[in-house]
Amino acid sequence: MTGRGAADSLLPAPSFAPSVIQWRSKMAAERDTPPLGSAAAGLADFREPEDGEDLFVSTASTLESSPSSPEPASLQVEDVSANSNGPKTAEILIDDDQDDLFAEATEEVSLDSPEREPILSDGPSPAITPVTPTALISNRIEPKVIGVPSMFERSLDEVEEEAGGDLFDINISVSDPEKVGDGMNAYMAYKVTTKTSLTIFNQSEFSVKRRFSDFLGLHSKLASKYMHIGYIVPPAPEKSIVGMTKVKVGKEDLSSTEFVEKRRSALERYLMRTVKHPTLIQDPDVIQFLESSELPRAVSTQALSGAGILRMVNKAADAVNKMTIKMNESDAWFEEKQQQFENLDQQLRKLHASVEALVCHRKELSVNTASFARSAAMLGNSEDHTALSRALSQLAEVEEKIDQLHQEQAYADFYLFSELLGDYVRLITAVKGVFDQRMKTWSKWQDAQVMLQKKREAEAKLHLANKPDKLQQAKDEIKEWEGKVQQGERDFEQISKTIRKEVGRFEKERVKDFKVVIIKYLESLVHTQQQLIKYWEAFLPEAKAIA
Amino acid sequence: MRVYKVLKKIIHLGAKGLARSVSVDLNNDASLLIDIPDALCERDKVKFTVHTKTTLGTFQKPEFSVSRQHEDFIWLHDTLVETEEYAGLIIPPAPPKPDFESPREKMHKLGEGEASMTKEEYAKMKQELEAEYLAVFKKTVQVHEIFLQRLSSHPVFSKDRNFQIFLEYDQDLSVRRKNAKEMFGGFFKNMVKTADEVLISGTKEVDEFFDQEKTFLLDYFSKIKDATSKAEKMTRSHKNVADDYIHVSATLNSLSAEDSTPLKHLEKLADLFEKLRKVEGRVASDQELKLTELLRYYMRDIQAAKDLLYRRARALADYENANKALDKARLKSKDVAQAQQHQQQCLQKFDTLSESGKKELTSFKGRRVLAFRKNLIEMAELEIKHAKSNMALLQGCVELLKSN
Repeated sequence: MTGRGAADSLLPAPSFAPSVIQWRSKMAAERDTPPLGSAAAGLADFREPEDGEDLFVSTASTLESSPSSPEPASLQVEDVSANSNGPKTAEILIDDDQDDLFAEATEEVSLDSPEREPILSDGPSPAITPVTPTALISNRIEPKVIGVPSMFERSLDEVEEEAGGDLFDINISVSDPEKVGDGMNAYMAYKVTTKTSLTIFNQSEFSVKRRFSDFLGLHSKLASKYMHIGYIVPPAPEKSIVGMTKVKVGKEDLSSTEFVEKRRSALERYLMRTVKHPTLIQDPDVIQFLESSELPRAVSTQALSGAGILRMVNKAADAVNKMTIKMNESDAWFEEKQQQFENLDQQLRKLHASVEALVCHRKELSVNTASFARSAAMLGNSEDHTALSRALSQLAEVEEKIDQLHQEQAYADFYLFSELLGDYVRLITAVKGVFDQRMKTWSKWQDAQVMLQKKREAEAKLHLANKPDKLQQAKDEIKEWEGKVQQGERDFEQISKTIRKEVGRFEKERVKDFKVVIIKYLESLVHTQQQLIKYWEAFLPEAKAIA
Repeated sequence: MRVYKVLKKIIHLGAKGLARSVSVDLNNDASLLIDIPDALCERDKVKFTVHTKTTLGTFQKPEFSVSRQHEDFIWLHDTLVETEEYAGLIIPPAPPKPDFESPREKMHKLGEGEASMTKEEYAKMKQELEAEYLAVFKKTVQVHEIFLQRLSSHPVFSKDRNFQIFLEYDQDLSVRRKNAKEMFGGFFKNMVKTADEVLISGTKEVDEFFDQEKTFLLDYFSKIKDATSKAEKMTRSHKNVADDYIHVSATLNSLSAEDSTPLKHLEKLADLFEKLRKVEGRVASDQELKLTELLRYYMRDIQAAKDLLYRRARALADYENANKALDKARLKSKDVAQAQQHQQQCLQKFDTLSESGKKELTSFKGRRVLAFRKNLIEMAELEIKHAKSNMALLQGCVELLKSN
């Protein structure tokens, strides 16, 4: 316990920053087999402490409230034997088969080391209008089949992904945040590394440098290209003026380090979600983003730019429209799904809030444990009985290690559980947006029908009024609007079809995503418990040595 | 807005738990066995049933029970403190007043937040709070019990007349308590004590044993006080984390109930968190009992030891004053015999005090070391046990999820 004197007692436990990086690399690397030996051995040695030492189980046996009480019976306490204070020790499952568990732990998508084939590709074009790519994708990407050209034509939306995300052989990591520039013009540059065997890319492994506004720019382009035809485009991480300002100003403190790490992690997840989408990964903007060393600056993502203001106006207009469009839903599936997503949204937000509270309390626990550790060390120093003094110092060291443990657990709570929930809350907003787009498409179709009707009426009137020159024009207009009505109907059918597929894909991804992350999170909890066992088992002989 | 009032509760307790934890070897002497088998909680007042079993002839019956309030215990403690003959003994610290403030406040907040929770969530939070009430209740009963058992197992205190009255007198003791003179006397005593604190740090200690003890106790007291408050904060954080698990579990339950997609593992996860929070709750309460309560108890005990030192320092000062008075009397050749007698008395008092004080302090250290050992071992064992439970639960769930 060096360096933790009385002067330190007012400071919170230091060095969140190194542990963040430590933790990240720990999770990213292959997991070492943990010292299960001690846990398994511990089980063999384990004896149940007798009932008498277990305060709450042994003492209270019956509990009843006096019937003569005039007070309202708002505090009826049930039979204590069923109360929450005593988990029956008989229920503990002791699994002898623990060795297998960690050997199975899988990490991210494995990497090929294939030979590269040169790909024919367009020069990537940052245009906003959809472009048919000419990239050919080789058979290497079995067993998926990806429809090649003209996938943007609505009639040919035949992108089939048989197995989904797992077999998309691509992995993206965002790393090495680096501050570029000074003062208010400074920004963070992130290294985006892609490892893949997909042949739509020029190489199998490559990196570029990107800044936050580049990511926003990418999202903006994808959203404008795909959302109105029913694709669920993963939302980009949120801006944060406060967070970034601190970083720009050069505050090297705890909160700005955490902010950068939070952002880095969010950007990584964003990209992974985007490239997992079979349609989006082939978009030239995405490919350009990942591959090309220079990217035109996405100025239009700035909040106060002309484009930014236009976006805000459009958003407001959309909100108003949404309220006024009353759609005749002929398809019960859509109504059902919308309701489901509404409920899911509410529940996820609530869960997210609970987990955020958990993160906060766990951090507090860490700080308080550290503070106790220091206090226990001082007590140990003051103790004049030698063996007890040593034991108290050991206790202080154990508590110090435990506070680190709590801190790491708080990070897992946040980066695994809490951020997952946050991501899905935002994703569901995107899903809801796509449903709204369908409504808009329907509305456009209806409007076209109304217009056609008007034109027909106008033509009929002209017929009666006998104005042959204007009649031709009216007939032309009718033709035009008939075409639009047909197009409107096709659009509506297409977007409905796309949404069904997208929602199906989304649900599958969601189940998988949650499962993978939850398992990882639970494993982090397991790790914490294992460490606790290790620390306390090391302490036990010290306590017994007090004589 | 509902207001929660603590109802009458009857709790059956055994003479186990905390009594054996903080002080080993109590209540072993069959000639005088004391316990508090049950207690009633009525509004703010707690009524303890004090049950005595004895083979001593000084009592009227071999077995009997009386009802006592917290104030009665305080009265008993104060009379012991003010008894001259006991100046050389460590008076067992008075039990602290029953404090239901914390769970009561939480119950109030819970009532206010009821609308924002599901029914199950609310029920679970309430259950947790009731458990907390119960815990506070049990703690206060046991700390009162230990106080009596320390007295009954002490060769001198067990024979104290007031102690016998406390155990036996089947009427309300409040008449005796409200003796204004005693109350005022106690208050006055406290004022004088602070002057003693100055005295003690100023007096030059000749005896090496007492010198060391003084230095040690003064320093140790401030350290253990700090450790107690830090341990309290740590335990409270732990409880907060356990409570958060309740909310997470409840929301996961709602999610899995409404979600038609095959997210069956949400249900298992909800179940897991529910089980985990029980274990975490136990970790927090065990930590509180074995660590926080231990520290708290010995903090008070060390204060009692310090009081002994103060009394001895006062006796020393009295002796030194008597010496000076004797010299003055000799000079004036007036009342020499009287002054001499007084001086002798003071010396004797000081010597007796020192002798018994030394014994008491030595046995105190032994007691303390034993108690710490026992509690630290038990805490480590419980931590290991709970961590293993947690691990089994978690691994079970991971297996389940992976196998799907």
